[in-house]
Amino acid sequence: MDDLNQLLLGFQVALTWHNVLFMVVGVLLGIVVGVLPGLGGPNGVAILLPLTFGMDPTSAIILLSSIYWGALFGGAITSILFNIPGEAWSVATTFDGYPLAQQGRAGEALTAAFTASFIGALSGVVLITFVAPLVAKFALRFGPAEFFGVFFLTFCSFVGMGRENKAKIVVSLALGFLLAAVGLDTISGDLRLTFGAPELMKGFDFLVVVIGLFGVSEILLTIEEGLHFKGKRAAMDLGVVLRTWASLPRYWATLIRSSIVGMWMGVTPGGAIAASFMGYGLAKRFSRQPDQFGRGDIEGVLAPETAAHAAGTSALLPMLALGIPGSATAAVLLGGLMIWGLQPGPLLFVENKEFVWGLIASMYLGNLAGLLIVLATVPVFAAIMRIPFALVAPIILVVCAIGAFTVESSRFDIWLMLVFGVVGYVFKKLDYPLAPLVLALVLGDRAEDAFRQALLGSGGDLSVFFSNGLVSSLMIIGILLLFWGPLSDLRKRLMGKTDPSRASTLTP
Amino acid sequence: MTDASPPLPERGLSRRAVEIVVALLLLGLAGLALWDSYGRGAGWDNGPENGFFPARVAAILAIAAVAALVSALRREDSVFVTYGQLRLVAQVFVPLFLYVLGIAFLGIYVASALFMALFMITLGDFRWWQTALAVALVPLVSFWVFELQFRVPLPKGPLEAFLGY
Amino acid sequence: MKVAVQAAIASLLLPVAAAQAWEPTKPIEIIVPFPPGGSSDQMARTIQGAIQKNNLVKQPVIIVNKPAAAGGEAMLDIQKSAGDPHKLITTSSGIYMTPLSTKLPVSWKDFTPIAMMAQDAFVLWVNSAKPYKNAGDFIAAAKTASPPLKTGGNGSKREDHLISVTMEQATGTKITYVPYQGGGPASVQLAGGHIDANMNNPAEEIANWRSGAVKPLCAFSDKPIEYTQKITADMAWSDIPTCQSQGVNVTYQMLRGMFMPGKVTPEQQAFYVDLFKKVTETPDWKAYLERNALVPDFRSGQSFVDFLTQDEQKHKDLMTKAGFIATN
Repeated sequence: MDDLNQLLLGFQVALTWHNVLFMVVGVLLGIVVGVLPGLGGPNGVAILLPLTFGMDPTSAIILLSSIYWGALFGGAITSILFNIPGEAWSVATTFDGYPLAQQGRAGEALTAAFTASFIGALSGVVLITFVAPLVAKFALRFGPAEFFGVFFLTFCSFVGMGRENKAKIVVSLALGFLLAAVGLDTISGDLRLTFGAPELMKGFDFLVVVIGLFGVSEILLTIEEGLHFKGKRAAMDLGVVLRTWASLPRYWATLIRSSIVGMWMGVTPGGAIAASFMGYGLAKRFSRQPDQFGRGDIEGVLAPETAAHAAGTSALLPMLALGIPGSATAAVLLGGLMIWGLQPGPLLFVENKEFVWGLIASMYLGNLAGLLIVLATVPVFAAIMRIPFALVAPIILVVCAIGAFTVESSRFDIWLMLVFGVVGYVFKKLDYPLAPLVLALVLGDRAEDAFRQALLGSGGDLSVFFSNGLVSSLMIIGILLLFWGPLSDLRKRLMGKTDPSRASTLTP
Repeated sequence: MTDASPPLPERGLSRRAVEIVVALLLLGLAGLALWDSYGRGAGWDNGPENGFFPARVAAILAIAAVAALVSALRREDSVFVTYGQLRLVAQVFVPLFLYVLGIAFLGIYVASALFMALFMITLGDFRWWQTALAVALVPLVSFWVFELQFRVPLPKGPLEAFLGY
Repeated sequence: MKVAVQAAIASLLLPVAAAQAWEPTKPIEIIVPFPPGGSSDQMARTIQGAIQKNNLVKQPVIIVNKPAAAGGEAMLDIQKSAGDPHKLITTSSGIYMTPLSTKLPVSWKDFTPIAMMAQDAFVLWVNSAKPYKNAGDFIAAAKTASPPLKTGGNGSKREDHLISVTMEQATGTKITYVPYQGGGPASVQLAGGHIDANMNNPAEEIANWRSGAVKPLCAFSDKPIEYTQKITADMAWSDIPTCQSQGVNVTYQMLRGMFMPGKVTPEQQAFYVDLFKKVTETPDWKAYLERNALVPDFRSGQSFVDFLTQDEQKHKDLMTKAGFIATN
């Protein structure tokens, strides 16, 4: 129980009044950068980094990591209220969060998202506290083939055959992959699909596409119904928090599953974005009523948020223990560690005990502070739904344009946002599903890179994807998940044959 | 939803026509991608070349687009969007388009102010002081947050340059 | 349009400004052609911190990351900002390599060279579990290995890829280079034994070296790195032999410098040369150099231009030999 003693020491460090102050300031700033699309955790941390040069390293990391917690919480807010993901990892939260808000259940959805984030973070911190060295070693086993296995598994868990036209699902996936391929190819170092246009050189940024596809198109769709929001008046008191909490225990399986997925993806490091999609996909796969997903199921908010936050938190583990950044924000923090004169890596736990355990203790406290702060804001955010459309809509559009610009500081991206707004509008009206496009866009080129890196290493031999227990099991689980849908349909159909009363409900 | 049969069928864009246009555009994109990929090499040379995946994906896209086209042609036609709805959409889209165009010349702050004004005057029924307040506050707050607090430079135009930013 | 307006503003201010040396009138943007957290980004933020802490400029300094297309986008941006005295770009060898390998219509000659801040060394690292004691062992193993030994690193047609290919050619071996998304992932892949060696900068491997996961075989510099403070129990940076002395005749270092857009006035250029000279004298900068084992080598003016001309020619030669020059 040496660890527990160390942790207590850490709490003593983290609970000094100025560190608590830094925590609160950090969380608040983090929520702001999380809410604004385009500004994210990495920016928030990077912007404040130079201010911390003169600070004590422990206070500095508490301040900066709290920004990260705040950003993780804040990303969900605009996803739920306006269908605009504030952060890339909260895209999956829009799938059910926004329909919930439209049904007047924004308060419930926000509470669920925040609480799920907290649970995810907590599981990540517990992981860091107790099994850090053990898990850190595991991350080293991931070579290109294993990375491909993880991405493959994410695709398989998410892409099942939905209710939409199958050809349209394939179109959406293929379009996502193609968009992801535009720009500089990592493996060959050549530009591809740019047709000589310098604007296309940087490729299609995931957030820009999503802001257009989800946010702008949603405004266009809303306006069709008249000049008002579809959302009903949301309940605005804090009672909604308690009522939502009372309903959460029944989703324990989803919360545990998503926490595990998130921790796994954070450590490996597959990342919070992939984790959120996988968490959502698995929750839908194992749900008793998968048809409810996408129409406002609270489980569809809990699953991606838990996974994203668990992954975001666990991503700090490889950073501390191995000096590998598990996420973009962790990469910036890592730079910070070196600037403060600390050497990340296994020796950090020996040489800078006070720093490491102070940070770990601040993870517990920072997330708790974050949860309390965001929950207190639920009524405020839910009230936004009452503001007249003709005022909120242009503000949303201005924020979208700023967001699209800030992602890469590129004016061309604002035009792209507009184009994808139209694409999203047309696709939604023609029942082309958007989620596969987004997933393929965010993971497509990484999966392709990993695939080609693995083959470079093996000299073109495909058996590298089944060369050891780890990658084989990833691939096999992926294939099983891919065929889970068709298989369970088949099983239902077989059962239907023996039960004529059910067969009639299955055939339209 | 539009596909429910209304008592008096409103006139509007044909869904089938839009389906055809979208499918043709997708085919065009797939064709472009195939042309680009085969131009750079889409084969297998000890592992996939850099055009290998885009070419395969583009082929799949082409096939799926044709399949979507066929199923659209076989479906009964319906209204994609009524002209009344289209007018409403245009009321938002045209200002938005002008806004994005304006950013290139005026910078994002001035363009945002004009966009807010246009939107609130044409689509809302606000008192003049409410409009004026929103028009002034939105750019000022964004300026304060982005330029001054987070030090993220946004597109600026002649006015900002005149004021020394 | 923007340039014209700025020119107009500048002419308005001219009567005042002519009396004294030029000073920035609005926030200074430093464009980093790499993502946040990378070594160029760290350099830029160290400079930003040093400037703010020591109050070297009245205007704030802003860092903007434009990592797309191996820095190509950032370079085009600077090219378009000709005449803007409030923009700077950090550079590495990418300033010659990206245009040569992608045929982008941009060159450092479109920019105004300000200063070279330092040079960064490259070291041949292997996993500690491997039996190689020196570079000779590694090359001997590479000669007989089948499938070929793997190196990995920053990305295709980037600095360390160039070293890998040049090493192959100099020693007559066959080595497979696996491009990752940066030095960080390459470092992890080496510690995990997924590749046999990498050619990372000192800063990218120091953590794994100290923990004993990897060991250095030789440095691709023409003389040993100068820092003599012990990093591990028995070794300092200065104890790593040069690759040349080990029979691997490859020398390569990377510049870390600062440029401005083209068409700025000599006064504006002089202001920044002076500013960065002051930055290199701060204790923050000196600590940064030592931490990252950078080679201090401040150059400005003609000596910097001479260096760039020579270095570009060297890259052209090496890249032509390695087959990295874009053909189509």
